Amino acid sequence: MQIIRSPKVYDVCIVGSGAGGGTVARVLTEAGADVVMLEGGPMWDSATDSAMFAWNYESPTRGWGGDLKPFGVYDGCLGGWDIEGEPYTVGTGAWRWFRGRMLGGRTHHWGRISLRFGPDDFRRKSIDGLGDDWPISYDDLKPYYDRLDEFVGIFGTNHARETGLHNEPDGIFMPPPAPRAHELLIKKACDRMGIPVVPARLSILTRPHNGRPACHYCGQCGRGCSTHSNFSSVSVMLPPALATGRLTIVANAMAREVTVGADGLATGVSYIDTGSLQEHQVRARIVVLAASCCESARLLLNSKSTLFPNGLANSSGVVGRYLTDSTGLSVRGFIPALQDLPRYNSDGTGGMHLYVPWWGDNKALGFPRGYHIELGGGFGMPGYGFGSGIETYPQSQGGGYGVALKEEYRRYYGAFVSFAGRGEQVAREDCYCEIDPDVVDKWGIPVLRFHHTWSEHERLQAKHMQETFRAIIEEMGGTPIGDMPGPEQDYGLAAGGVIIHEAGAVRMGNDPKTSALNRYCQAHDVRNLFVADGGPFVSQADKNLTWTIMALAWRTAEYIAEERRNGDL
Amino acid sequence: MSELSRRRMLKVLGTAPAAAAVSFQPGTVQAYLAERAQAAAATPYARRFFTEHEFATVMVLADMIIPRDDRSGSATDSGAHEFIDYIVAEQPERQTRIRGGLAWLDAECLRRFDRRFVDCADAERRQVLDDIAWPAKARPEMSHGVRFFSEMRDLVATGFWSSRMGVEDLGYMGNRPTTWEGPPREVLEKLGL
Repeated sequence: MQIIRSPKVYDVCIVGSGAGGGTVARVLTEAGADVVMLEGGPMWDSATDSAMFAWNYESPTRGWGGDLKPFGVYDGCLGGWDIEGEPYTVGTGAWRWFRGRMLGGRTHHWGRISLRFGPDDFRRKSIDGLGDDWPISYDDLKPYYDRLDEFVGIFGTNHARETGLHNEPDGIFMPPPAPRAHELLIKKACDRMGIPVVPARLSILTRPHNGRPACHYCGQCGRGCSTHSNFSSVSVMLPPALATGRLTIVANAMAREVTVGADGLATGVSYIDTGSLQEHQVRARIVVLAASCCESARLLLNSKSTLFPNGLANSSGVVGRYLTDSTGLSVRGFIPALQDLPRYNSDGTGGMHLYVPWWGDNKALGFPRGYHIELGGGFGMPGYGFGSGIETYPQSQGGGYGVALKEEYRRYYGAFVSFAGRGEQVAREDCYCEIDPDVVDKWGIPVLRFHHTWSEHERLQAKHMQETFRAIIEEMGGTPIGDMPGPEQDYGLAAGGVIIHEAGAVRMGNDPKTSALNRYCQAHDVRNLFVADGGPFVSQADKNLTWTIMALAWRTAEYIAEERRNGDL
Repeated sequence: MSELSRRRMLKVLGTAPAAAAVSFQPGTVQAYLAERAQAAAATPYARRFFTEHEFATVMVLADMIIPRDDRSGSATDSGAHEFIDYIVAEQPERQTRIRGGLAWLDAECLRRFDRRFVDCADAERRQVLDDIAWPAKARPEMSHGVRFFSEMRDLVATGFWSSRMGVEDLGYMGNRPTTWEGPPREVLEKLGL
């Protein structure tokens, strides 16, 4: 068997088809570039492949999906924290690595929470002395956030005007959906406590937009939307790219490494066809890695040559370093006021209609950075785990059986709310991934070994989340479920990677000694190599990162298009 | 991912033959749903984990936990016992706990009444369940029975409430395309909003 080398030289090869890859593909094909996109998983389109409107009772497991479908058997995302034949290892601390393996990647998984970073989020070191500032500012990204809002379609409101919080920039929004009953009840309590509750910002259409119909409010965005009324790379970014006739998608193509010429420039990407196990090399004048933060770092570290013995774009040694995830924990509460509530269809959009942006003043708190709160509750579709642990429910009979128990299950349905905190980890050099010297995946590609721990900054933030969520539940007249975990359990903080917001492993910066990429996400060492995923992030924020991945990818793609026009690339 | 887990997952998705190297290819879920609906209509449920005696015990227990009332049928009317057999077969970590718990229940009934649980009179069964169904009130020596019964109660709850019968009983109104205007006035009024 020989390596199959593509005779054609593409203008651009993009590795990955998710938020970053899809955005770059659209911008560059529309700018006239001939683009090839490699995707490690199969083709998939929610218009034909989603399980929308299936009932849990149509599944013999009632929706339970096992290890390979951690978010349920009907979840739209193919992949998970454990993938057969694709191991990773952990050195120091703990880490879990969720990978999407399908066209569109993890845009099928995410909650469509579409939050711009604010001005402060690009200059945290200047504010609190920790981590580093970005080489760009909010003003550099604002035009791209605006274009995203307009092109993709997103509902929301002007939070800064409603709350006075200066780090919550405005955007271009469709009207938000009316709040659900439990969300209004949470807001009522939070209003008394001085905690702002505002309409969420989700990339789900509440009005028809660019040929896509408005949401039909089944609450099943996570299964993939059969009408393309929410955002995924496949439903929004790839169709216009394909319509140019200049995008070639190669599915089931697992990238092995970036190939390099004698001049030190990238010449393309080698990959394995996961169906035939045939090795291929695709050639391109420009390579854009959008394989996800850690996967892009892995590709660079595995692209070793005599010219680049530490891996590609890694003369600084920072590739893999400064790896972060969002902090995260959840608290559930039983709310007596919600018991015996008349039933209504509370499905709504596939996410919260109200949420809580970060409101704290760090000068008055014992920790830096912040978090936002995602709200849950309502009458969900009954499925696997329904009524679990009823013997522990507050004000219940404490277990039992028979007619009285049956009635109790009915009364507790819809009587719970949940609060999920998602916050900023301060980036540190000693949180990192590297190539494990001993382990390869089933294609022979060396795998990542992770080192990740939380610091006191994150632990104290988690403590604040716990205390706040419990206080809100009590203010609502309810009872938190479960005791508050103590410092020995990191106050309930999820292990790194569980929140699926990895960022920073291929960070950008102005100094080639301390960063891998310049301010255009272009490798300092290899000028025809770019990264367009969470990798370039210098820091996280108290806001989820996908909207910033896409704005940054859009900006990177426009820079590439401009350089091509100028003949510089 | 172990080979076992992979096979388990393929079963969950309903792609049976080893020849079909399908895992998550497009259309898998739809094909599975159609196949499943067809299979369910055509054939009675085939036991996967429990022995005949164990299954009989599960059915009696399930209907004591969620009996028929004036609003809906019992756990076994909804097919909850079939779900329990299926999911315990899918989740090896439960198997010894559940099998052992059923054996514990029989041993306890034999000790008290010289009969297995299914052979006991209703009052005798209740006497044992009364000792294990309320964890906070149970005597310490009943701890193994308490653990088992709590897990069984959870399984019965999923089996019943996520069934078509359970969903209708609960009054879940979603899983359909609709317009959205927020909660109805009577809901907001009841909450004082």
